[in-house]
Amino acid sequence: MTKVVEGKNIKRDYHVGGGLFRGARTVHAVKGVSFSVEKGKTLAIVGESGCGKSTLARIITLIDPATSGELFIDGNKVDIARDGLTKEMRRKVQIVFQNPYGSLNPRQKIGDVLGEPLLINTDKPAEERRDLAMKMLKKVGLGPEHYNRYPHMFSGGQRQRIAIARALMLNPSLLVLDEPVSALDLSVQAQVLNLLADLQDEFQLTYVFISHDLSVVRYIADDVMVMYFGEAVEYGPRDEVFSNPKHAYTKTLFAATPRADIASIKARLAKKKAA
Amino acid sequence: MALLDIQNLVVEFQTASGPFRAVDGVSLHVDEREVLAIVGESGSGKSVSMLAVMGLLPWTATVTADRMTFNGRDLLKISPADRRKIIGKDIAMIFQEPIASLNPCFTVGFQIEEVLRFHMGMDKAQRRARAIELFKQVGIPDPADRLNSFPHQMSGGQCQRVMIAMAIACNPKLLIADEPTTALDVTIQKQILDLLVSLQAKYGMGLIMITHNMGVVAETADRVIVQYKGRKMEEADVLSLFESPKSNYTRALLSALPGNAVGDRLPTVTDMLFEAAPSGAGA
Repeated sequence: MTKVVEGKNIKRDYHVGGGLFRGARTVHAVKGVSFSVEKGKTLAIVGESGCGKSTLARIITLIDPATSGELFIDGNKVDIARDGLTKEMRRKVQIVFQNPYGSLNPRQKIGDVLGEPLLINTDKPAEERRDLAMKMLKKVGLGPEHYNRYPHMFSGGQRQRIAIARALMLNPSLLVLDEPVSALDLSVQAQVLNLLADLQDEFQLTYVFISHDLSVVRYIADDVMVMYFGEAVEYGPRDEVFSNPKHAYTKTLFAATPRADIASIKARLAKKKAA
Repeated sequence: MALLDIQNLVVEFQTASGPFRAVDGVSLHVDEREVLAIVGESGSGKSVSMLAVMGLLPWTATVTADRMTFNGRDLLKISPADRRKIIGKDIAMIFQEPIASLNPCFTVGFQIEEVLRFHMGMDKAQRRARAIELFKQVGIPDPADRLNSFPHQMSGGQCQRVMIAMAIACNPKLLIADEPTTALDVTIQKQILDLLVSLQAKYGMGLIMITHNMGVVAETADRVIVQYKGRKMEEADVLSLFESPKSNYTRALLSALPGNAVGDRLPTVTDMLFEAAPSGAGA
């Protein structure tokens, strides 16, 4: 198996500028995280807001450079702070954001949304871009009639499909999904998760899936990394992490996740009756 | 007698393309000391029906019902002035976005004391003391100091605690929580849910929990109403809802939980609704 992405001891510091009454300080958002994902697999990164999971996503997506540490994509070392970003690199990694309402330009038709990555990164003629966009619309469960519509004409779930379609236009080998289903209803969430699983099977895609919903993670992930204050406190195969959590924070996280099985409802009702 | 009793509630909005029926004949009741959960996806009318109770809908909405009473008082015929005396005092509501529901221009202490001044007629010293007591109850550290904070200086979980403190300030008989934890992390969600349930038990309030999260329902509710497209699909106590859901929609919703996945794909609600009997509602 080939490793599509690998990070070694990645760190990221942000320098917060001082004001009139405050000195400058440094925030260590990611404090030395190592990971690797093989082709066709899914790594889930779990943690609460502010734990550095989105910063890590930005580093993997080559939006932000890491302060130190090494990042390999398809086996090649990437350092955007030194070498900049080539079109070739940009095609390899794509991202889908959390909020499908905020990540699409309201003045751009869906066809243009999908064609734009090709326009910028390739020299394909307009005709071909259009054909590819049409094909991609069908892949994600939309139709050619949606090509000329604007984002406000779509529901949240459909918009997330469009965001996924846009990310796939350049045939990336790695897709970073930053909480792709947390803004969606339960039933729509199931559809989008199924779509992601279908696409993974079809294109042998590799996912880095960021979420704070453990039930979703348990469903989709092969490996799980739990982050807490910028550190990876737990990292391993899904079943191992779920059946035998080692770090105290992981245990807290599992305990806090609402349980919807009948045994725990019965236990809660019995406890309430006794009180 | 039920604390809140609604029979055949219909809410329609006037839109450019004709009237839109957001709530279509929903009946529900809540007793004292009871936790009722209303579940449904966005657009199922679960928030709108509660806003109708509060009288917070815009003028484009028409509310009709056979009966809508709170504690024996008719909420359909009540005058706006009388309604204001009940809302915020006997019925309180907590909203989804804690940071957006607080006024950014005033300290949280001022906002909490405003409720106490308006409804309880307390003097300055009493208000201060009560506000500190409330902050202690909802678990805000350093209550006296935090009263002088502005909403932007507090985290989302802290702001939600402030909202809860404000809602329980006048010892309401009924608390309506509209997706109180949707914007929060799981660990904070757990704390807020535990807080709400413990306060509900302590003061014997009726609690209506509006949510789309089945886990939250399982952790808090006594009785559950499932809504879909403005209609009530099912009403059952929490155990029988999860054990033996009657309507196809509830069954679909439960099987769409990622934890219940069989095989490597999730069944989706639309598959289930279309392949099952066309009747849809079982309730």
